[in-house]
Amino acid sequence: MKVLVAVKRVVDYAVKVRVTPTGVDLNNVKMSMNPFCEIAVEEAIRLKEKKVATEVVAVSIGPKQAQETLRTALAMGADRGIHIETDVRLDQDLQPLAVAKLLAKVVESEKPDFVVLGKQSIDSDAAQTGAFLAGLLNYPQATFASKLDIADKKALITRETDAGVETLESSLPLVLTADLRLNQPRYATLPNIMKAKKKPIESKPIADYGVDITPRIQTIRVAEPTARKAGITVPDVATLVEKLKNEAAVI
Amino acid sequence: MPQHSSIFSHSSILPIMFQTTLRSFSRASSRFASTLVVAEHNGETLTGGTLSAITAASKIGGDITVLVSGSNTASIAKEAAAVQGVKAVLHADAAQFDHAIAEELSSLVVTIQKGSNFSHIVAPSSNISKNFLPRVGAALDVAPFTDVLSVVDENTFQRPLYAGNAIATVTSSDSVKLLTVRPTGFEKAATTGGTGAVSAAPAAPAANLTRFVSEETSSSERPDLTAARVVVSGGRGLKSGENFALLNTLADKLKGAVGASRAAVDAGFVPNELQIGQTGKVVAPELYIAVGISGAIQHLAGMKDSKTIVAINKDAEAPIFQVADYGLVEDLFKAVPELTEKI
Repeated sequence: MKVLVAVKRVVDYAVKVRVTPTGVDLNNVKMSMNPFCEIAVEEAIRLKEKKVATEVVAVSIGPKQAQETLRTALAMGADRGIHIETDVRLDQDLQPLAVAKLLAKVVESEKPDFVVLGKQSIDSDAAQTGAFLAGLLNYPQATFASKLDIADKKALITRETDAGVETLESSLPLVLTADLRLNQPRYATLPNIMKAKKKPIESKPIADYGVDITPRIQTIRVAEPTARKAGITVPDVATLVEKLKNEAAVI
Repeated sequence: MPQHSSIFSHSSILPIMFQTTLRSFSRASSRFASTLVVAEHNGETLTGGTLSAITAASKIGGDITVLVSGSNTASIAKEAAAVQGVKAVLHADAAQFDHAIAEELSSLVVTIQKGSNFSHIVAPSSNISKNFLPRVGAALDVAPFTDVLSVVDENTFQRPLYAGNAIATVTSSDSVKLLTVRPTGFEKAATTGGTGAVSAAPAAPAANLTRFVSEETSSSERPDLTAARVVVSGGRGLKSGENFALLNTLADKLKGAVGASRAAVDAGFVPNELQIGQTGKVVAPELYIAVGISGAIQHLAGMKDSKTIVAINKDAEAPIFQVADYGLVEDLFKAVPELTEKI
């Protein structure tokens, strides 16, 4: 069974972003693999370790530096990488519908039995690409997955819902998006990082895919959210209760 | 760039009064808007998020139709018809739509859209809508807007990026706008005053791609987290699941709900549906009490629109104090029981 995993390069989760009227300042900011994509890669590699998968192919769309993100996936254990090269802004201008259409092209040529993505990227927070891709391919989908079992060409998926969890059964091929609780991603060890340098990454310009990537949603402007007024520190519980009763009038 | 957005881009430099005029102008032009609200329910009643989505639809303007799906939902369809502003209710009463399986629900919405050509399709932000709406988008070749915080006009919306640290004003020229809306951004529509007529939704082809097996929901006597007036939330500082009893007692006294940070969920103290933050639920209660929570960016994304924030933490340097209206630097194991007693 072949597994395709999609990874995105985003601003590191711990960075406090600086907002400009046209977007978020991405100059000299630490970038990393989107945390949900790391979980997706880990799940793909675990399938290989369980001998369910035979090959794990990682794909990323983005600038030259997206290759670093692919190298990280290769160092974690993916077998080879596909880099779709573009210079458009990944958080605003390369949007989920375009990404899903590009990934659908990759699925057409690679024919994986299982496609895994993160449930959302922490920059644009759209949470759309996986379900888009499943819809375009007319594959079953399992979003927000926290547990996966694949046996006999069938997948049993536990997914997180608003009220708890539910379990679904799907045939393969399937598109799955990973929630935080699906697994704990491993750290790439130094020998594996060295080995990853020898693994192949195939790079192709985005234009070769013949997909219209014009942004469907236009950003008029970006602003910081309204700042909260600075609060006070209270010395004890009694003062806190008094303030909540009389000043804030919330209890 | 389409004409409406160029009008709007000027409005940022115009005085408020002009903006209002412009806005009402575009409202007036919205007489062709017609919105389908995809309702969510718990098997008995509409969710609060659905009522907020109906309010969002009324801000878009035009007629509002509500879709109620699932077996044995006649009373819910009737309830939807009575909601303020609702003109019509489409009722898809079939077991195929139970459990809101994405493939089936998207097939239904696409079938309805192809027959009725709504200008907007709106659903409350939830795991259900984030699951099925992109699939509708794939069928219609339309990009949805996720987590809409406010409606500027029928084509222009505000939504958060980067865990709520940036707010983008966005528009699209797609012929139909698909939106999931943040319930905390919109008041709940009144449950009376509507004059909707209920009719059967058109039959949709079954997708039969995914089979529902089972579900596990945590039942709780406390109010729903996203609808509660008071939320008491615990983090890693609670040290164990047993210690959450302290928060339960406080929440019960305040008739509030209990939430948690990701750290508390990952440590197994509480189930994941209590998680508040970028990847969990977004709440905006009157009073949010953060206990033993440091206040990471991802947590703040889920609660910083609360009216009053209280932080109880023994680390005076914790970032949570930067957003708290009232901060108490004390050991939670001493402060929480005392607070429960004094309220």
